[in-house]
Amino acid sequence: MKQSIIHNRRLARWAVAVAAALLATLTACRDDDVVFIPETVPVSQPEYTSVSGFYLLNEGNMGSNKSTLDYYDYATGRYTRNIYANANPTVPKEMGDVGNDAGIYGSRLYCVINCSNKVEVMDRDNCRRIGQINIPNCRFIKFYGGYAYVTSYAGPVVIDPNYKQRGYVAKVDTATLEVVDTCVVGFQPDQLDIAGGKIYVANSGGYMVPNYENTLSVIDLATFKEEARIPIAINLLGVVADRRGVLWVTSRGDYYSNPSDIYAYDTRKGRIVKRMDCRASSCWMDGDSLYVDSSDWSYVTGGNAKPRYQIINTLTMQVVDTCFIKDGTDGKIEKPYGVAVNPITKDIMVTDAKDYVSPGRLYCFGPDGQMKWNVRTGDIPAHFVFLGRNENEH
Amino acid sequence: MHTPLHILLSAITALLTTAGAAQTPAKANEASRLDSVQHLREVTVYGVRPYEEVIPAQTLKGAQLESLNSHSVADAIRYFSGVQIKDYGGVGGIKTVDIRSMGTNHMGVFYDGIQLGNAQNGQIDLGKFSLDNIEEISLYNGQKSEIFQPARDFGSAGSIYLRTRRPAFTAGRRTNLNVTFRTGSFGLANPSVRWEQKLSRRVSMALNAEYTYATGRYRFRYRKRFSDGTLAWDTTATRHNGDIQSWRVEGGLFGTLDEGRWNAKFYYYDSEKGIPGAIVNNVWKTAQRQWDRNFFAQGAFQKKMGERYELLASAKYARDYMRYLNPDTTLMYINNRFWQDEIYASVAQKLTLARDWDVDLSTDYQWNYLNSTLVNFDYPTRHTALTALATAYTWHRLKAQASLLHTFVRDLYTVRSGDGVVASHNRHSTSRLTPAVFISWQPMARYDFNVRAFYKRIFRMPTFNDLYYTDIGNANLRPEYATQYNVGIQYQRYREEGLVSGIKLTADAYYNYVTDKIIAVPKGTGQYRWMMMNIGKVKIRGIDLTARCGLRLPQHVNLDLNLNYTYQRAQDYSNPADGGDGGTYKGQIAYIPWHSGSAVVHGQWLNLEANYSFIYVGERYHTSANITANHEQPWYTHDVSASYRFALGKTWLKLTLEVNNLFNQYYDVILNYPMPGRNYKVILKFDI
Repeated sequence: MKQSIIHNRRLARWAVAVAAALLATLTACRDDDVVFIPETVPVSQPEYTSVSGFYLLNEGNMGSNKSTLDYYDYATGRYTRNIYANANPTVPKEMGDVGNDAGIYGSRLYCVINCSNKVEVMDRDNCRRIGQINIPNCRFIKFYGGYAYVTSYAGPVVIDPNYKQRGYVAKVDTATLEVVDTCVVGFQPDQLDIAGGKIYVANSGGYMVPNYENTLSVIDLATFKEEARIPIAINLLGVVADRRGVLWVTSRGDYYSNPSDIYAYDTRKGRIVKRMDCRASSCWMDGDSLYVDSSDWSYVTGGNAKPRYQIINTLTMQVVDTCFIKDGTDGKIEKPYGVAVNPITKDIMVTDAKDYVSPGRLYCFGPDGQMKWNVRTGDIPAHFVFLGRNENEH
Repeated sequence: MHTPLHILLSAITALLTTAGAAQTPAKANEASRLDSVQHLREVTVYGVRPYEEVIPAQTLKGAQLESLNSHSVADAIRYFSGVQIKDYGGVGGIKTVDIRSMGTNHMGVFYDGIQLGNAQNGQIDLGKFSLDNIEEISLYNGQKSEIFQPARDFGSAGSIYLRTRRPAFTAGRRTNLNVTFRTGSFGLANPSVRWEQKLSRRVSMALNAEYTYATGRYRFRYRKRFSDGTLAWDTTATRHNGDIQSWRVEGGLFGTLDEGRWNAKFYYYDSEKGIPGAIVNNVWKTAQRQWDRNFFAQGAFQKKMGERYELLASAKYARDYMRYLNPDTTLMYINNRFWQDEIYASVAQKLTLARDWDVDLSTDYQWNYLNSTLVNFDYPTRHTALTALATAYTWHRLKAQASLLHTFVRDLYTVRSGDGVVASHNRHSTSRLTPAVFISWQPMARYDFNVRAFYKRIFRMPTFNDLYYTDIGNANLRPEYATQYNVGIQYQRYREEGLVSGIKLTADAYYNYVTDKIIAVPKGTGQYRWMMMNIGKVKIRGIDLTARCGLRLPQHVNLDLNLNYTYQRAQDYSNPADGGDGGTYKGQIAYIPWHSGSAVVHGQWLNLEANYSFIYVGERYHTSANITANHEQPWYTHDVSASYRFALGKTWLKLTLEVNNLFNQYYDVILNYPMPGRNYKVILKFDI
């Protein structure tokens, strides 16, 4: 009996000791979250041109609030991740959810943050926040004559008999950051471009599956009224004008029998002058070259098609290069997402969004298609804007 | 007797039993005898039942379950080791269980012996199951290692068994009526009533109804600091759209036979709730709503026929309705409805070949159908035939069991072209054979010390959503496999007298390998488009430790201590190309902490009970890319409660006060889904 009590006491003592130790160690390990410190990595040799750097806007997966801004500085050859939080440490919940487009106009950098229903306006040199423009479900941005034009999915709701909601273009005074006018366009408008006094808006109808939109909306800049619809193809995504007034319009297709494609619409002739019959996801216009990457999904094959990296000469309207990556790096890229070209050096940037939920990668290729460097980015690296000689201004 | 330890324990007891308690020990009444010690005795007594499971479950039941500060089954399951809960916060928030990092879909949840199905997404929201009517929750790794069960019980990588209260009558009583009312934070109003009636010597009835209303509002706080410790930003807001209104009614008949028993029951749940979404910059409120209606009726019949043969037959019909509405005009308008039907029947037969040798043959059939208002929907039907052959053998102090499960699944579905026209009617069949082996050995007859091991290979079928959800589903998916190896030890001891009334220690080490894991991968570019693919691979190495100790202190004070600890290394082996700098290869998978654990102290002194519980979840990452930007802080909560039971004439009243998250820690379990800070609950329970 005596022995068993001793035995029991030992056990109990042991149990209490373990419990106390466990509690002590476990209650002491939570820190406060710290503002993200930007991570700078040297990736290349310094380069001195009139382009001093570029911003890369990472979308971040929906609901993650992980849209971040990265910056590459040509003068130092250094790449810095996640600069927004450090530049604006007092902004709750940082930049926001799903960065969908970026542009520089004047001295300011504008980032369209889709699921945060706002356009974030910052100083283009240090990314300090100047203000925000609240536009629900905003998508893409372009500038002209002191105004920013922003597409939005969230227009007026119509029940006829089904629920329908058209999109609109918001006209924002860049001096006051106020929405001064809106113009209702088609269903789910995406990219827009401005040429010859008109705004062209690519309507997708992406919420209307299978009844996609198939038109460009034409808005007169002076009156800010939709004056025409131009049928192009279903489920439009992109529109970019070349210097001869030809619009290069991308269609996502329907993921079944209609694949994605690029159409050339001549605004002066008022008709489609060429269907490229080439797959397209993201495009970047540089001079007379349209750089296109693609990774088409198809229900018919039940998989993603092999990604492509093509260059179209907008003058001859021919594909002049079927793979601008020449050193086999394309085999490493899982999910090509954004593409951009340095206007001076003609270096080509391609981003890999991988699985959308882990950090992506940015690859830089020389004009010869050889990889120069690559670096880890934020989640879903997508939208570029060069700083210096300003390509985004009109 | 006055050793330092004793003083310490007395101090703890005094603390737990609170200062205001009467100093003169009143005479212990009969009801308070249903205490934790007795409960512990139940677990520890060996060989009372003719055959015990080879590897016993982790179990919460009776007084211990009741005293945990838990509203739903999910809250209670947090106290088991090896389990992670995905909790989106609030009264109505979704709570799913992941056992040993294999994924929610590998978990089988059984309600009174029959599995709860969800052919649509394979996930059971345990936040929906109130503890009001639950008597016992058991968690089994691998499977319940008892061969006499339906074939479906052999079909999951881990199982949770929820057992509802069975009518029990004290001598001379024919009716039990009990009424409970809970209220507190989140605008909670939660009355329930339970009526038990003895209909005859062998048949009794139970009827239980519960109503829950909560505004679901609570304050949450986010803040960040600079690395030098100064505050960068700090914001407090109110969680909106977490309201819930639900009804639950269930009832059943319970009967006994000569060497057998039967039951028949129904369950109905009806709820409307808001879905509080992710809190992101500039969006602090959401508007999504969800409606659920779940009905099932089920019955089981079990009888021993002759010396060697025993039969268990069960059947179920279930119908589930779900509507999801997004009325938020800044997002895509969604108004989807889903209807699911399930018919299930099972016959299990056990034959005793020799005194220590049993064989079981179980055959199940199940039919599922999913209907929906989705565009281009496939209207899938699934026939599942399961056959399990199992045997159990006991040789001296060695217990062994082996089972082989054959699964045959046939799906019928339509395929539509882009414009919605039916292109073809397809069928797809899957046939698989999967084994499991369980062994337990007691080396020394004198000590209740067991060494145990199991191996199990099982798969989960792709769900209807994985396969056929418009735009996302992929009809070419294969089953997702989980292979488990486990070795462990268990020691327990129970004593009639002395300070330590019982002790139970377990330790298990395991290795799980999940292959062909079904995960969403992006497709194409442009709008968010995902596709389910069989590309995941996860290796999980883990250790589960549990310790339980019952202490019998002077002055009729009983203490029950419970500790759980889990270590898990769950690595993502999906993409070898994505290694190194910020890559996912070999990264710890999303939301699985390396360290987690819980501690519970339950004390009782006469009619007064007190409970303290602590839950710890260590640091995690919210994706397999284990970089700083994806890091999630550990979180831990301290909950306390006290209850007092007293008689008002013939009625017994029990009053409970709970304080949860005592130190008001603001934390996220899932990124951007803030959890409530300190909150309170008052429970009044009348036994009439």
